Order: sequence, then structure tokens, then C-alpha cells
Amino acid sequence: MSQRIPVTELSSSFRGRVEEALADGQLRSNFRTAMDSLMHKRASAFPDADEREGLRELGNRIKAGALSRLPDLLERLEQKLTENGVKVHWAETLEEANTLVHGIIEARNGRQVVKGKSMVSEEMEMNDYLAERGIECLESDMGEYIVQLDGEKPSHIIMPAIHKNARQVSTLFHDKLGEPETEDVNQLIQVGRRTLRQKFMEADVGVSGVNFAIAETGTLLLVENEGNGRMSTTVPPVHIAVTGIEKVVANLRDVVPLVSLLTRSALGQPITTYVNLISGPRKPDELDGPEEVHLVLLDNGRSGAFADAQMRQTLNCIRCGACMNHCPVYTRVGGHTYGEVYPGPIGKIITPHMAGLDKVPDHPSASSLCGACGDVCPVKIPIPELLQRLRQENVKNPGQPQQVKGGGAKFSRTERWLWRGWQMLNTRPALYRSFLWAATRFRALAPKKAGPWTENHSAPVPARRSLHDLAAQHLDHNGGRPS
Amino acid sequence: MSELFYDAAPNATRVAPAREPERHYPEKPEAVTLFGTCVVDLFFPEAGLDAIRLLEREGIRVDFPQEQSCCGQPAWTSGYRDEAKAVALAQLDVLDRAGLPVVVPSGSCAGMFRHHYRALFADEPDTLRRVEALAERTFELTEFLLKVCKVELVDNGAPKKIALHTSCSARREMNTHLHARELLTQLDRVERVDHDHESECCGFGGTFSVRMPEVSGAMVKDKTRSLVDSGAVEMVTADGGCLMNINGSLEKQQEAFRGRHLASFLWERVNGASEGEVA
Amino acid sequence: MSARANILGKLRNSLAGTTPRPDEFDERLVTEPWRYAPQDRIARLRSLMEAVHTEVHPCSSDNWPELVAGLLARRNLTNLLCAPGKEHGRALQTHFDATGQPVRLLAYDQPVEAWKEELFWNVDASLTGTLGAIAATGTLVLWPDRQEPRLMSLVPPVHIALLKASEIHDNLYDMMVAQDWAAGLPTNVLLVSGPSKTADIEQVLAYGAHGPRELIVLILEDV
Repeated sequence: MSQRIPVTELSSSFRGRVEEALADGQLRSNFRTAMDSLMHKRASAFPDADEREGLRELGNRIKAGALSRLPDLLERLEQKLTENGVKVHWAETLEEANTLVHGIIEARNGRQVVKGKSMVSEEMEMNDYLAERGIECLESDMGEYIVQLDGEKPSHIIMPAIHKNARQVSTLFHDKLGEPETEDVNQLIQVGRRTLRQKFMEADVGVSGVNFAIAETGTLLLVENEGNGRMSTTVPPVHIAVTGIEKVVANLRDVVPLVSLLTRSALGQPITTYVNLISGPRKPDELDGPEEVHLVLLDNGRSGAFADAQMRQTLNCIRCGACMNHCPVYTRVGGHTYGEVYPGPIGKIITPHMAGLDKVPDHPSASSLCGACGDVCPVKIPIPELLQRLRQENVKNPGQPQQVKGGGAKFSRTERWLWRGWQMLNTRPALYRSFLWAATRFRALAPKKAGPWTENHSAPVPARRSLHDLAAQHLDHNGGRPS
Repeated sequence: MSELFYDAAPNATRVAPAREPERHYPEKPEAVTLFGTCVVDLFFPEAGLDAIRLLEREGIRVDFPQEQSCCGQPAWTSGYRDEAKAVALAQLDVLDRAGLPVVVPSGSCAGMFRHHYRALFADEPDTLRRVEALAERTFELTEFLLKVCKVELVDNGAPKKIALHTSCSARREMNTHLHARELLTQLDRVERVDHDHESECCGFGGTFSVRMPEVSGAMVKDKTRSLVDSGAVEMVTADGGCLMNINGSLEKQQEAFRGRHLASFLWERVNGASEGEVA
Repeated sequence: MSARANILGKLRNSLAGTTPRPDEFDERLVTEPWRYAPQDRIARLRSLMEAVHTEVHPCSSDNWPELVAGLLARRNLTNLLCAPGKEHGRALQTHFDATGQPVRLLAYDQPVEAWKEELFWNVDASLTGTLGAIAATGTLVLWPDRQEPRLMSLVPPVHIALLKASEIHDNLYDMMVAQDWAAGLPTNVLLVSGPSKTADIEQVLAYGAHGPRELIVLILEDV
């Protein structure tokens, strides 16, 4: 059994990390068990196929509807939030978002920040940004807290510490917090509860993500099971919510199917323990709640995905994680292998827009296009279709106008030349038949080593006679009539 | 495939297509064209021949145009759209000559004709019309035997326990796993056993197996392990690509267990051993 | 140009020449599968709640204060945060005075800053009312207000919630529409469906992460 490789030591290349992950028996075992369990939970939460498919279609249409009027919707959201006393900020880049957040904290002389779960804040690398400026930013979601303590990034968007087992967490709490070792999960959780309770009380600022931003009522909706989200958005005097521009929905009623799809797809739950709808800061006659509530709307490449109608569908995502739970590749390599904020199938189709396809040129091909992800996506993002599209963008000539940021990174004249050859072979019947004849007649000369294929397979040997040959003989023999 | 809805603007926001209604199957035709697929052509030709025999057993005349080659999938999944399109058009021309229903002994290739050709020719309305017509009359082999021919298989073989592997595209695009299962239940001396993680991908994915050999290798190893552990004595599958992948891995691992194309298996059960070539 | 202008500009460019999609919301999809006969509503609610370790007690307007006293005594709890200005707060106060309960009733009647330490470390339990509940998902609906602020149902390790059976709705959509939530929401709306939990370690469920370890629901049978 190999040692768990700390994330800081992972290879800097995607392929390198893939190999390391595949060799890590503990990781593979943790992920296999976890993904099997999550798949089973989701299936149990959707026992009726008609109900499930009807709801997925509704989810898809709600998101498409919102995206089809996105700029107007964002303006409406801003207007209603502002009326409610929430301050709305816009950031095109991660740098701008971090500057905004830092500015809000500095204005209050804040030194301690407590964070509920936010993948957008991971995009921003907010914790590091603030730490460099002398502001402690502590994760309060148990899984996030664990990975932060270990100096790691989350390996799954819903279950950040899914790559760890109880023994590993116990060792971590022992080493970093001086707690006695125990594999009792309840006790481990109580350690987290105790440590973080003090932090909730003391924090100057609470940061959270947003699951859905509702334009109709000017409301931020957050889901969670632990209570740390409510703590972070209620106790500190300032609440900063950060989210992507695609998270806005038009109407309050839209969240009914979307929350149901989210919680059932993610963890197989009919609903999360808490659903928290925030429509403003503390009112004059109220006794708790933050004095200031801010929303930072982040672009970071989303408008790039938006520009192309096919790729715009990437923005339907409600961040449930079902795609990665069902992905045979993700199950075998885990989240850290992708080396980016968002792993798994959704990671592969969104990261090119955020970081540039040239940063992650192997991502679109890291899929057998099995389609499991597209089958389970609660908002029916056609993930395999989008992976195909990105493969096309990847091999384009970089000199041509690009439709995705960093396109053309895998452009290869040689490969294009090879495919032209393949095209010629398959569009000239006489040539194709000659190829078949040669391959079958000279099958004894088939190479024993055929590149990457023979890493996993015996050398492929053509049959003695092709089907073209056998069929011609059979059908000729039978005079073209059934036997 | 995602669709433009009511708004014809190319940059209009898309919705997912509505659920496909249950496929309506026509009466059994007099004749069909068999599209062999390049993998079957070169590596499992006896399976193609057995498919022809199974169709002829139903009183159907089989047309095998010699001009056919590949459905275009390898270039399509690699991102080489233009090349895929050229090859697709060539097949379209060949298949439109006789204009017969097309039977394909491979789920992924049938899926190309039924679903992905639309994407290739989305911007060419005239060709798109022909593609739609082709999609309408394309059937995967098990689907055709079961739903169109309403085949009645008679089992003349010895009792056997087998496992069934279904390719991902066949499963998701063509429901082949259900058709294959039903065909196998007609063979009263064949017991089909489930294998662990049966619906999980075998790791082929066409060019994925050579672009990401490490992960693909891990996937096929798990698949072969679960097949071997299932208690079956052999595996059957209706997809040539998966068959090549799984058998190639089994052979490399020096396992005795093997897989066979479903067409060959059915023909043998119905009629004694295949008269075709054995690779 | 500001970030706002740039972002909106890009988005508008991308949508040039298109028209927004029609609003397609088939409410049947979120109501029909989630409707119950009145006599089944409580059972459904209870079964979902108990599946996530909520303690559920049916009661009547006469006996619920005594029930509360018993719940607190069994747990050796010494105080209870409760709103004296609410009807249920008054009823409880009356009962506790009359029966000489040792449990001290506390009120959340000052801004949280004034007594944060005490709230966080020394309050054993809280009791709040509810706006109603949702049978489909086993969910309580709370609209915190001046009398029962937000943290009341979050901080104390035990939360007791008083629910009227007549206020149990079939599903969230029906409730939202019946009460016209879209017309205006309070600062904070809470849907609470059990005690706090997490499965972040090996997917093993552990209760009492950051919110209450225990949720106790008293269903006042007033139908």
C-alpha cells in the first residue's frame, strides 16, 4: 500500500499526476468507496424515472431561461439587492475580486475572517491572498477545515476531504491540534466544532458563496448541512458573499426545483439540513445578523463561455458534483490530479474558459466520452458534447480566430496530416479495400509493440480475411438471396 | 445533442432536447444494408458474417456495399471535424444508394449515424435532411433483431453462464443493453450473470485508449477483473471496440477468459459453431 | 470602463439579435409528486424528520409546556432561551411559574454583541415557534424576527421547535404561493430539516457539527 502523497508534492504535469494517483492504492480505495456510495445515494433519491427526468428538464429550462436574459437579470438582481441594503460589487478578474474583498475587510480593520463553503473563493485563492496581507481566513466547513489544516486544496466540490479516511484525519488533528488520536468520526467532528465555535464568535468578517441569487426578491440562497454557513453569515458584523455571474435565477419559485435537484443529485438528500435565504443586512429593530452584507459578482472567464451558444450551457451548472461522482476517470484519479479548482467533468469544461485551454490542454481528452456525467447532470449540461467541442478547439490552428481562450494548444500539423490520410483511406473505396487486403494478407507482420495500445493490450492482429471479403463471397455464393 | 429552440439566431441560448419518445419500429423489411464497421471489418469479420446470417435467417436479403468504410467516429472524437465530415458524407452517399434500412453490429457506430451526424451537418440543411432520413432508418443489430424482426431464437447449445458487456454509447444512445438482455433470455440454456460495476465504461473510448493509456488501462483492468470474478465462462458484447479493448487486455494479462461478439454467440447457439473465419 | 459595464457589455454582445426564452415553469413537476392526504401529512413529516435524528413529539395546547419541562429535565438542562413576548413564551412562563420549574427562562432581548459569550457557551437550549412546515421534505420553516432572532435556532446545542399541525404544507411551492413569499421576504428565512450534521469524514454521518446537536419538534395537534 503506497503512502498518501501530499498534494504539494504532486507532479506538475497532468499525465504525471495521473500516474501517481493510479499508483496510490489508498486514494483509489477511498475514492472508489466514496463514489460508489454517492452514486447509490443519488439513485435512491430519484426512484421515479419520470419524476427525475421531468425535474431535470425543468432545471435545464430554468437555467436556459435565466442565461437567455442574463445581463437584464443581473441588473435586476443588483437593483433588488441594493433596495434591500446589500452592496453589490462586480469583478472581471480574480485580482479585482480579491482587491474588492480585501478592501471591504480593511475598511473595518478586519483581521480574522471565517469562511463558509465557497468554490469561487477557491478560484480566487482568497485564503492565500488575505494571508499575504496579514488577514487570517479560516475555513469552517468540516471538510474544508480539514484540507486547510493539511495545507491541501479540496479534491471534490461537495466533499472536500473525500480523499481522506478517518485515520488520516485523526493523525492530522493529533499533529496540528494536539488532539488525542481516535478513529471515532463523532469525536473528530466535535474537535472541529469546538475549535471553530470560538472563531465564529471572534471573526470580523464572514465569507460565503451563494447557491442561487434570486433577482425577483433580491435574495441570496445558501444550502448546507453543518450550520457553519449560517454561523458565518449571521455572527460576524460583515458578510461578504462571492459568486459567479451565472448563479442568478429570475424568480423565487425557481429555487424549488433547483434546490431539490441540487441536494438529491449531490448527496441523495431530499433537502439539506439548512436552507438559508438572506435578503439584507440587520434591520434597525433586529438583534442579530451582520450590519453589512456585500455581494461580489465574479466573471473570470464566464463571459467567454457565454459568448458561444453551445459552450454557454456550461454555465447551467449548479455545482452539485454528480458528474464527478459518476465519472470513471475521476473515480480512479481523484480531484487533485486535475490540478485546478474544479475537478471532474465540470472541471474539464469550465476550466478552459477560466484559465485558458492552453493551461489544461489534456483536459478535454481525459475522458472516454462514456456519457455517465451527461446522464446525471441535474440541469442537463451536454458534457460529452462540450468535451468534443473543446477537442476541436484544442487542435485548431492557433493562427485562426479562437472561440475559446487559449485554443489551438494541441495544434499539430503531423496529426492533421495523419487524419487527412485517414480521411483519404476512408473516402476512396478502392484504397480502403487495398488496405484491408494488405492488412489481412500481411497480418503476420503486425508489430508486437503498437505504442500506447500495447501498454495495456496484446498486439492487435488483423483477421485472415476482412468482412468485405467474407461478405462478398457469402452474398455472391447465395446469389444475393437469403439462405 | 443540444438544440436551438424557437429562436433561430445561432447565438440563442440552448435547451437540452426533450426526452426521446419510445422508438417506433417499422415492419420487418425485405432487405437491409449491413454497415460492418471498421473494427469488425478488420478484427472480427466473422461477427459481421454471423450478423448477416442472423438476418438472412429472418428471411431478409442483406446488401453489403463494398464501398463502405468507417463511420467517421475516430476523427470526430479527436476533434478533427472536417475529416470526420468528409468520411461521414462518403458513407451517407454509399448508404443512400440503396436507401435501405441500415443495420449496424456496433452501438457506437450506430450512435454516430443516429445522433452525431446531425452535429456534423447542422449547418448544411440539404445534407441534414438526408442525415435525418438515415438516422430514422439506422438500427443497431440487437435492436433490429428484437424489435423489427421480432426474432425467436432457439437454443441448441450446451448450458452456459455468460456475462454481458454493453458499450457506453450503445447503452446511452441506443438502449442496447436492454435489447441484448432480452435476446439472451430467449436462449433457455444460457444464464446471464451480472458483473460488478456492469454499467461502468471499459476504458476504450476510441482514441482515449491511446491518448490516456494509464487511466484507460486501469479501467480495462477493473472491467476484466469484474468479468473474470463474475462466475461467467465468457463475455458477450455487441460492440467491436469494447471487444477489442477487453480481449486485448485479457490476452495481455494472460487470462484464459475471453469475450465474443454477440452476433457470433447468437449464431452459434442457434446453429452450431460459426462457419466464418476465426481470427 | 467599470467591471460592471464591461461584463454587462460582453454579455449583451453575446446575446445580440436573440430574444429571451419564454418562462417555462410547469408547477405540476414540483407539486403533483409531493401532495399528501391530510391524514398522511404528519406521518410523512415525522418519518422524514426522524430519519435524520430529529426527535418528534405530538402534543396538545394543554400539555406541551409540561412536555418541554420533561425534555429539559431528562437532559439536565438548566436554562432555556425563549421569547417572553410570544404567545408560546407566555404560556411556558406561566406553566413554569405555576409548577415551580428549576429551569431558568432566558430572553434574547438585547443585540447579540451585548451577550455573545453567554449565548455561545452558557445557553443550554432554545425554544422557538415556526411559520409552518413542509411534509415533502420534513422541513420546518422559520421566519426569525425581533422576538426570535436568527441565532436562536442555531447556537444553543438543543433547539425545540413548536409546530402547529394545521400549518404543515405538502410542499415548498404550495407554501410559497399560499403565503405569497415573493411579495416580500424578511431579512432571513430558514428552512430547518434536522439537527446539524456532516458526512465529510469517510461519508460517516456525525451529528452536531456547528448547529444544534439536537432538534426537537413538538407538533401541536390543532387540526
